[in-house]
Amino acid sequence: MSDRAKRNTLLSLFIVLHLVVIFPGFFSTQGYAEQARDLPFSPPTRVHFIRPDGHLSLCPFVYGWNQAALDAGGYDVDRSQIYPLRFFTTGSPYTIITGITASTHLLGVDSPGRLFLFGTDDLGRDEFSRMLYGGRISILAGWIGTAIALFTGAIVGLISGYSGRWVDSVTMRLVELFMALPWLYLLFAVRAILPLRIETTDTFILLIAVVGIIGWARPARLVRSMVLSAKERNFVLAARAMGASNFHILRKHILPQVLALLLTMAAYLIPQFILAEVTLSFLGLGIGEPVPSWGTLLAELQKYTVLVNYWWMYAPGIALVALFLIYHWASSAIQQKVGVPLT
Amino acid sequence: MSTRHSSRSRFRRVLTCPAIFLVAALLAAASSSAQDKQPPPEVGHPGGRITVALPTDPKTLNPILAVDTTSREVIGTMQADLVHINRQTQRTEPALASSWKVSPDGRKYTLGLRRDVKFSDGAPFTADDVVFTFQLYLDEALSSPQRDLLVIDNKPITVRKIDAYTVEFDLTKPYGPGERIFDSLAILPKHSLEAAYRDHKLGEIWGVSAKPEEIAGLGPFRLKSYVAGQQLLLERNPNYWRKDANGTPLPYLNELLFTVVATGDAQVIRFKSGETQILERVGADLFNQLQKENSSQAQCLYDVGPGLEFVFLLLNMNSLDATKHADIAAKQSWFRDLKFREAVSLAMDRKGMVRLVYGGRATPIWGNVSPGNKLWLSANIQHPDRSIDQAKALLKSDGFSWDANGMLLDQQKHPVTFTVIVSSSNTQRTKIATIAQDDLKQLGIDVKVVPLEFRALVDRVMNTHDYDAVLMNLVNGDVDPTPEMGLWRSSGEMHLWDMGEKTPATPWESELDKLMESQMTTTDYASRKKLYDRVQEIVAQNLPLIFLLSPDILVGAQSTVGNFQPGILDPYALWNVDEQFLRPAGATCR
Repeated sequence: MSDRAKRNTLLSLFIVLHLVVIFPGFFSTQGYAEQARDLPFSPPTRVHFIRPDGHLSLCPFVYGWNQAALDAGGYDVDRSQIYPLRFFTTGSPYTIITGITASTHLLGVDSPGRLFLFGTDDLGRDEFSRMLYGGRISILAGWIGTAIALFTGAIVGLISGYSGRWVDSVTMRLVELFMALPWLYLLFAVRAILPLRIETTDTFILLIAVVGIIGWARPARLVRSMVLSAKERNFVLAARAMGASNFHILRKHILPQVLALLLTMAAYLIPQFILAEVTLSFLGLGIGEPVPSWGTLLAELQKYTVLVNYWWMYAPGIALVALFLIYHWASSAIQQKVGVPLT
Repeated sequence: MSTRHSSRSRFRRVLTCPAIFLVAALLAAASSSAQDKQPPPEVGHPGGRITVALPTDPKTLNPILAVDTTSREVIGTMQADLVHINRQTQRTEPALASSWKVSPDGRKYTLGLRRDVKFSDGAPFTADDVVFTFQLYLDEALSSPQRDLLVIDNKPITVRKIDAYTVEFDLTKPYGPGERIFDSLAILPKHSLEAAYRDHKLGEIWGVSAKPEEIAGLGPFRLKSYVAGQQLLLERNPNYWRKDANGTPLPYLNELLFTVVATGDAQVIRFKSGETQILERVGADLFNQLQKENSSQAQCLYDVGPGLEFVFLLLNMNSLDATKHADIAAKQSWFRDLKFREAVSLAMDRKGMVRLVYGGRATPIWGNVSPGNKLWLSANIQHPDRSIDQAKALLKSDGFSWDANGMLLDQQKHPVTFTVIVSSSNTQRTKIATIAQDDLKQLGIDVKVVPLEFRALVDRVMNTHDYDAVLMNLVNGDVDPTPEMGLWRSSGEMHLWDMGEKTPATPWESELDKLMESQMTTTDYASRKKLYDRVQEIVAQNLPLIFLLSPDILVGAQSTVGNFQPGILDPYALWNVDEQFLRPAGATCR
């Protein structure tokens, strides 16, 4: 594959993945909190193409559950119940952005058929839909955290590198202090002093803000080093000789040099902050039930019985690995193109 | 909950916080019952060692101070009581007291003590030890958790020595539960504790780091060695007083080893590999998994049935300072409305909770008495099926309505929404809350579930009353109704739904007060049962707590353990450890 084709594949993967996760309502097959209490830990529903009579079906379909098997605590299909897959079906309503609701889903089957692409969890909730909604929370956490960290880091780095002297010394010592902080314990401490009654989503946003604020130190240091070298370049010296203001030089000559670095940094930081959210939720400090995040979904795997019996509960973990790989490739691609070191 | 509270209450919270206990089993009807048909214990062979996993280190080996389940479990095997409850029959049996007589008014108990009994250090046991022991338990300065059980109607019981082997207890009032009061109260050696007691140093001795020879007891085992964080090894007490049917001295086992294994998963793995012989307090999902994998029948797994724990939803009906808690006070018009509580109860999918959260290893309940308590369960309690339609009809008849989005509105057209707090360390409880949340959503009620750290939760329920609703559990110390005095009496310290009532707020609460008082001082089982049946009826009708389910007691033992007879009263598996023995390999389960 040529470099260009590779880049395009990567880009489209990146976009599709984010679209799916940013609009989970449409791509999911049901709501994240919908419980099918008679179907806990149901294995993934198999999609069939061959009818029971051996003929090929143009429209893929799923079978219903065999009630006798369900009553006995097992899962078996009933081949007399056939539910064809339908596109753009109407299902449970969801919110696209606050105030705008819709109920069209990409994929579904007619009631009383059930489509659990990735199986169900202990309360009979669709793991696939929960994974998509969970991804929204986790990726959003990564993005917000990164935005805060980069914004703070860039400003501190620009000022520190450009002014030099004592400003530089003071900010760099501060950076070292922040880099030495054990962030996980800091988060535990922050969670402990937060009021208990705040909404779970607010807790979550606060925590992410904390992650972002702690994470600014490394970008600040990198930006500073870029600024230090940029400000000695000839065109900067020339601009200064011509009487350009500091603000003008920073904005017109130095910031553009740093932007590429920030972009690479973002691709590198986002997965780290996603991981931070996952870790927190895994430890029970993240967003509360029934709202899913990849961390809370993976927390189910702490139970031995889930770990050994229900392989489909690993799905969010696989999604996490895939997402990290994509970000890793993206960050190396940007790095190659702009040629900035990341350490 | 603070230790102070746990010692005051006659309930114990388990699961959420293993460090908090309450007073061991006491009381239950002394009457005969249908469940007494138990075969006599098998005659075993001496020798061998049984290993049991503990979730944490015991905090102390001092029976006066022990408040956590782990410490009490260990102490139970090192100490003995005057009268013991057989965990299988739930009836009392003579222990250090070989006989007892009750005065005609039911107030005075004269106990004849066993002669020729020696402590593990060789000193003789006499009435002086009994009098001294009760002096310790009743000493307010020591604030022993057992003290509360020995104070009947605000008056401490008194003990008098009649001769070297006879003591007389004055219970200050006729007392329904009778001699069950003596169960699990360890009798302590006066000769080794008196000096420390005089010097006010009782709190510092018999800690886990004590030398084995410092600790003397009357139980089947005595301390041999302790390695913090790893294990506690007990050896057989050669002076133990019990003998089996053939006259062989008990206990059969040479050693009893407690190892510290922190998580349930790890405990199950050790049990499966045969490293531990007895598995106590196993979770339902692990129990089911073990059963599935146990094709060789090397392990015997017992579902002893529903225990004395009940899980319930509690709506805050406390009188609140309206300026400080205006938001909660506004919701209390719903919570105090019986039809609202009935609708909430009707919407609860109890069977779903049992199936999804406990894998079927629990029982749905509609009243305060668990079906495991066969002596006291009332047959008249209704078990209405879950019905969202009926619940909605009930709300409608009460003036509630629904908006265009299906959300419930109260009589003043305010949306009905509240938060349920739940202990964050208990995943089962959070799951139940998630199911309840979905159930109430079907009524149009928007419920938020807020997991809180356990102590913060208890503080809100017991002290600040700063909550809308809470999903929690209580565990009775015994099958007898008397430990529930604190819960049902309007002035009780565990009167959770409306704490610190000066006078009963409703006619049914005042009836509860009278019923509970008179059942405590009635000694005849049939009359007490009638009174307590009425209590159950009132509770089920008025729903001060919305009862959900009662989890099963699940235990396991290697098939080689003989005389393993688990019961629903704590300690479930080790209560008869003196009779337990090891069979040769290849044995089959009972």
